[in-house]
Formats: sequence, C-alpha cells, structure tokens
Amino acid sequence: MAKVDNARSGGYAQGEKAWMAKNALDDLIQALRRRGYRTVLPRVSEGAIVYADAKNTDNLPIGVLDAQDGGTYRLSQTDEDTYFDYVVGPHSLKNYMFLPREPVLSGKRVDGKWHFSTPQDPPEPLAVIGVRSCDLHALAIQDKVFLQGEYVDAAYQARRAALFLVAVNCRRALATCFCHSMGTGPALDQGYDLALTELGGNEEEGGFVVAVGTDSGGDVLSEVPTREATKAEISKAQEQVRQLAQELEQRDCGPADAAPSASDLPRQRQLDTGGIRDLLLNNLEHTQWEDVAERCLACANCTLVCPTCFCSSVEEISDLTGEEVRRERVWSSCFTAEHSYMNSGVVRQNTKARYRQWLVHKLATWIDQFDVSGCVGCGRCITWCPVGIDLTEEVAAIRGDQS
Amino acid sequence: MTGSVMPPSQSPWNVHRASVTAIHDEAPGVRTYNVTLADKRLRNCYSFAPGQFNMLYVPGVGEAAISISSDPDKPQVLQHTVRAVGNVTNSLAQAQIGDELPFRGPYGAAWPVEDCQGKDLVIAAGGIGLAPLRPVIHYIINRRHAFGRVWVLYGSRTPSDLIYQDQFDGWRAHGIEVLTIVDRADDNWKGPIGVVPDLLRQVTVSQPATLFTCGPEIMMRFVILGALNMGWQEHQVFLSLERNMNCALGFCGHCQFGPEFICKSGPVFNYRRIEPYLRLEDL
Ligand SMILES: Cc1cc2nc3c(=O)[nH]c(=O)nc-3n(C[C@H](O)[C@H](O)[C@H](O)COP(=O)(O)OP(=O)(O)OC[C@H]3O[C@@H](n4cnc5c(N)ncnc54)[C@H](O)[C@@H]3O)c2cc1C
Ligand code: SF4
Ligand code: SF4
Repeated sequence: MAKVDNARSGGYAQGEKAWMAKNALDDLIQALRRRGYRTVLPRVSEGAIVYADAKNTDNLPIGVLDAQDGGTYRLSQTDEDTYFDYVVGPHSLKNYMFLPREPVLSGKRVDGKWHFSTPQDPPEPLAVIGVRSCDLHALAIQDKVFLQGEYVDAAYQARRAALFLVAVNCRRALATCFCHSMGTGPALDQGYDLALTELGGNEEEGGFVVAVGTDSGGDVLSEVPTREATKAEISKAQEQVRQLAQELEQRDCGPADAAPSASDLPRQRQLDTGGIRDLLLNNLEHTQWEDVAERCLACANCTLVCPTCFCSSVEEISDLTGEEVRRERVWSSCFTAEHSYMNSGVVRQNTKARYRQWLVHKLATWIDQFDVSGCVGCGRCITWCPVGIDLTEEVAAIRGDQS
Repeated sequence: MTGSVMPPSQSPWNVHRASVTAIHDEAPGVRTYNVTLADKRLRNCYSFAPGQFNMLYVPGVGEAAISISSDPDKPQVLQHTVRAVGNVTNSLAQAQIGDELPFRGPYGAAWPVEDCQGKDLVIAAGGIGLAPLRPVIHYIINRRHAFGRVWVLYGSRTPSDLIYQDQFDGWRAHGIEVLTIVDRADDNWKGPIGVVPDLLRQVTVSQPATLFTCGPEIMMRFVILGALNMGWQEHQVFLSLERNMNCALGFCGHCQFGPEFICKSGPVFNYRRIEPYLRLEDL
C-alpha cells in the first residue's frame, strides 16, 4: 500500500492522460486486485502468447515478438524492454465473456418433482490487461449478439458489467493484421477503462501514457504511482499511434495480390470491403467455394480463435440416477455436421457449404443481422488455420472475377 | 468498467414447469400432448400467436422446438403435436399423463392471420407440417365471418399418416374446404393420389388471396412454384421453415438461413423475403 502515497491525489477524470513508469504496471495490477478483480495478463504458453491468470508482471512476455503468417506463428525473444510489442495470440476476450463451456440450467428431482434453476452466482470481477483495439471491437460485436437482441444473455451481461479493461495501443502490426481495413484499429478508440501507449525502449526511460476511458478507470489509476503526462509525452504517444496507422494504410495502395518485391516476406494483408456484402451474396455459387473446399480441413480452428464467432450448442448432462440434470452451453462451429443437422438430413453436407456459410456470415450476412461486419481484421483465423487459408485472399479471388 | 449499464436480466434459459394432461394418438409415431403450466398466474397470462413454437424439455434428454398446435384463443391448455424422430421426441413418446414436461417459449414469428381477414386463404400442408397451421384454422373458426373462402390442402405419405383426420368434418362444418391427397394409397383410400401441389388446381380464389404453407421443403417449393404459375404474387405467400434449433433465442447460430435467424425472424417468413436463399443448395 505504501506506493499509493505517490499517486496523484484526487484521481483522474475520463479523458485525462497520465504518465506511468513501466514498473508501476505491477502497482496497477495490485490496485485492481485490492478491489477484488481477478487479473489476467498475456504470457507465453506452449509457444504462443495467451491470456492467463497472473498476480503480477513476472510472466509478462517482456521483449518477446511474434511473427505470424498463414498457418504459422513464431515467437522470438529480444533483449528489448518492451512490454507489449507482440500482437494478438489465439485467445481473445471471447474466452472470458462468452465462455467455452458454461451451465445454463440445472435441475433436481425432489420427491418426484423437478426444480430448475439458472446460475445466479455473481461473476468474479475480471480485469484483462493488454487487449488490443481489434479485440475491443470484437467485444462490442459480441455485445450486440448477447445483449442487444430480443433476449439478453444474463450471465454474459453480468460478466460484462464486472469487466475492467486495460487496453494497449499496438506499436507493431503483423502481416496478418488488417484492422485498418475493417475500421477497428490499430488506434484504440473505444471500449477501454484505461489505455496504455508504451513509449521508449532500452535506451530511454520507458513508460506508458495512460488514457483514462471511464470513471472507474480513473479511480483505479488514482491508487497507482503516476503523474500527469507532459504535452511532449502525449504528442509522442499520438505520433507513434499515427505512424502505425499510416503504415497500415499504405498497404491499401497496391492491389490485393501485389506480391512484395522480396518474395520471402509474408503478404501484408488488407481487405477491400467496398460493397462486400453484395459481392459475396451475389456470388454464392462462385467456383472459388469449391476451390477453398479442396484446401479446407473443416477443423473449425478458425471459428474457435475468431473473437466474434458466437455459435454454441447445449449439452444435456445427467447423473446416473437421472435425478439431477445440467444443461451446459459449449462453443460449436459451423464447420461441423452437427451444426446443421436435422432428422431429415444435414443441411450443409460438404465443406464447400460450410466454408461458404462461415465466410458469408462473417463478412456479409452479419451486416444484415447486427449492422456491423463480423470481422475485426485480427488475422487469427489466418494464422491458426493449419493450411493457411486466408479469408482476404478468398474474397480477393471472388472480387477479381468481377472486374 | 465498460459494460453497458443495464438492470440484470432474467436468464432466458429458464423453463416453465408444466405437465402432460392428455395424450392423443394422431398417426403412427405422431401424438398430440396437452401441456398445462403448473403456475396458475403464468397459465392465465400465457398467450401465443398461430405459428409460434415452444422449446419442450425432457430433463436428462434435451429440448426440441415444437410448434403450438392448439387454439390461440384458449392458451390455458397448450397442445403440441410431435413426430417421434430422435432423442427428445422418442423419449417424449414414452410420456404418460401426469409427467412433467417443462418448456420455455413461445418463440418466433406468427402467421399474419390478421392481415388475411376479409380475403380468401389457402393453407397447404404436408405431414406434420399441418401442426403449426392448426392454430390458424382455430383462429379462423373463432371468427369465421371475418375471412373469405378457406381451403386446407393436406397431403401425407399414406392415409394413416394424415394427422387430425377426426377433425376434418368439424372444420368443413365451418365452411372450410379440406382436400387431402396421399403418395401411397391403401385399400380404403378413396381420395386422390399424388402430391399437395396437385390439389392447388382445384382451388379458385378471388385475388388478392393469401397462401400459408408448411411441410417438407421440397413440397413447399412445388406448392409455391405451382401458385406462382397460377398467377399468385410472391408477397402473397408465407411459409414456415425448419432448421436445427438449439436455443431459439438468437444466440446459438444453428438456425441461420442466409441473413435470417429462423428462430427470430421466422419460422414464418414472407416468401419474397427469403426467395433468394431458398433457391440455393446446402445454404
Ligand atoms: C420452429 C420449429 C417448429 C417445429 N415444430 C414441430 C412440431 O410441431 N412437431 C414436430 O414433431 N416437430 C417439429 N419440429 C421439428 C423438431 O424440432 C425436431 O423433430 C426435433 O428437434 C428433433 O429432436 P430429437 O431430439 O427428437 O431428434 P435428434 O435427431 O436426436 O435431434 C438432435 C438435435 O438436432 C436438432 N434437430 C434435429 N431435427 C431437427 C428439426 N427437424 N428441426 C430442428 N432441429 C432439429 C435439435 O437441436 C435436436 O436437439 C419443429 C422444428 C422447428 C425448427
Ligand atoms: S474472421 Fe479472422 S480476421 Fe476476422 S475477426 Fe475472425 S479471426 Fe479475426
Ligand atoms: S479455414 Fe482453415 S481453420 Fe477454418 S476450418 Fe478450414 S482448415 Fe480449419
């Protein structure tokens, strides 16, 4: 608690910017934990950066960089003192808000009578540190699914209300990133409690410009050693964010299939979203669907890593006596036969129909359903596809035939 | 915290306690279950519209989407006509009077019965597809004067597969023309042999009339094709679609059909709205 004395008294208001030394990130974590938050941070596990529970920054992948391309993901360790220069791993906020498995109903038969209940325990408040702009947009999209329809997913709603987000402005973009095409990044623009922009490397004193997004963000920050950010720090942070955005925008200059001159370099992704809904819906019988079906293994990896995919199935679980039952919702995927099974037959019989459903939903019919694209351009589905299928290339192939 | 501030919601997964109060055999493998809500208050305020469905729950087995097949003006007793085809529906077939049958609902879009008043109406159904249309028939009978001429064109594989046979005369007594047809006749069958679209030719309506259809998708396609060939307009046709249904809440994603969630904007659709997707294989 001693360090709290160093904190600026009175706290920060929404929109204000503070300077926080790098080692004060631990103090931020402690401040959150004192308030009862479970804290989740990036860490390396089995060769990939994932989110995991952490009580401090001990396992933060400092100096670790990732390289991603179709079907490949590689980490390398540098001796830089960079806290967040890796980009997105296979996990996203979906793993914490739309749980891979959760009970939705339980029942117990007492004296021959069934009694049913839905989960009522309030969720443990959760703070996730290190989320990116694309992930905040993905969360906003899942909010539309679970909170803004005719029915509200009460459990999701409770978890969502108890979520604290410490976001990070990316300083690097990967070849697989195309947030700029989807209007979801790279600069943080919404949805965070606190937003960190990391400044400096090994040579100069490093730290974070911390933007306060909500009152509770300002509140928590008041318990952390910080000072007001200087004009110079703020403009440096802004310039850094602007530069990355510009770097990404420049990808849009060439045609989608323009190979970089050094052919070993991974293709820098972008997606031409102009008229994309009609493009796909007018091409439901395009031969490209057969082409991609030849390559796709229907393994469902893409749907599992995608931060917006929301399909699920309910499993019925019963004890041996049949007197106690539980219904659990688990993630499912449109790449399975079960997904479109009816007693009269499976509707989407083959991989062609299933890939088409996935992509057309993601990039076209999602817009009809939720007024927003289902893709935030995070590139996860490209990286984690075992055969490197790249949705931006599939769309470009269909679009290419239009001209 | 960035979550939107909203009052905490009731879980939409909760079920209403209810039990089976009567069972009626309709056809081989098809039974109608009367289901009565346990809670008196709920029983008195529960209401549904023709074409809506409930998620019936057999604890330990699972849920199934089943249309409400009874009179919408008498929602205190809810009937569900179920064909035993798989896990849930087969264990439902074991149900006895008095067994608990919890459910949640009603869900989905209804047949636009009010918009059809004053006009002629053709109901074309195949097999179990007559179940979600029976509330329409009740609705019409309860206010018969408000409708024009009404036809029920109904087909099944064999004569014994025709459900609600014992009620056809009652419907006819209310001036509803009931025409039946089967794929395969038996010795007692005196009616026509063929498919439901064949019956369309026997119908003469004053346009603009309305067509409601429910049954196997292939049957509905041919009914609609036949109607369009006879000069009906796409917007006059409504159909009820079926897809794998897991939640009925718009969450699970299984029932998507092009841009539609069948549980939310369906199961009853105007034909014009979904025609582009109905044409495609494996969508
Ligand atoms: C809106 C709607 C209304 C329906 N109304 C009726 C009705 O009035 N009477 C009737 O007999 N049947 C009706 N059905 C079909 C009924 O839902 C299925 O026969 C039932 O779900 C099969 O479940 P099961 O566990 O017995 O079969 P299984 O084969 O064991 O089913 C496994 C799972 O597949 C899914 N499934 C399988 N077949 C269907 C199907 N045809 N439609 C939707 N999901 C399916 C379900 O999620 C089910 O849990 C309706 C379906 C829909 C979508
Ligand atoms: S479709 Fe692919 S790139 Fe788009 S949000 Fe999902 S995982 Fe990311
Ligand atoms: S696109 Fe790739 S990740 Fe997705 S199902 Fe096919 S093989 Fe698997």
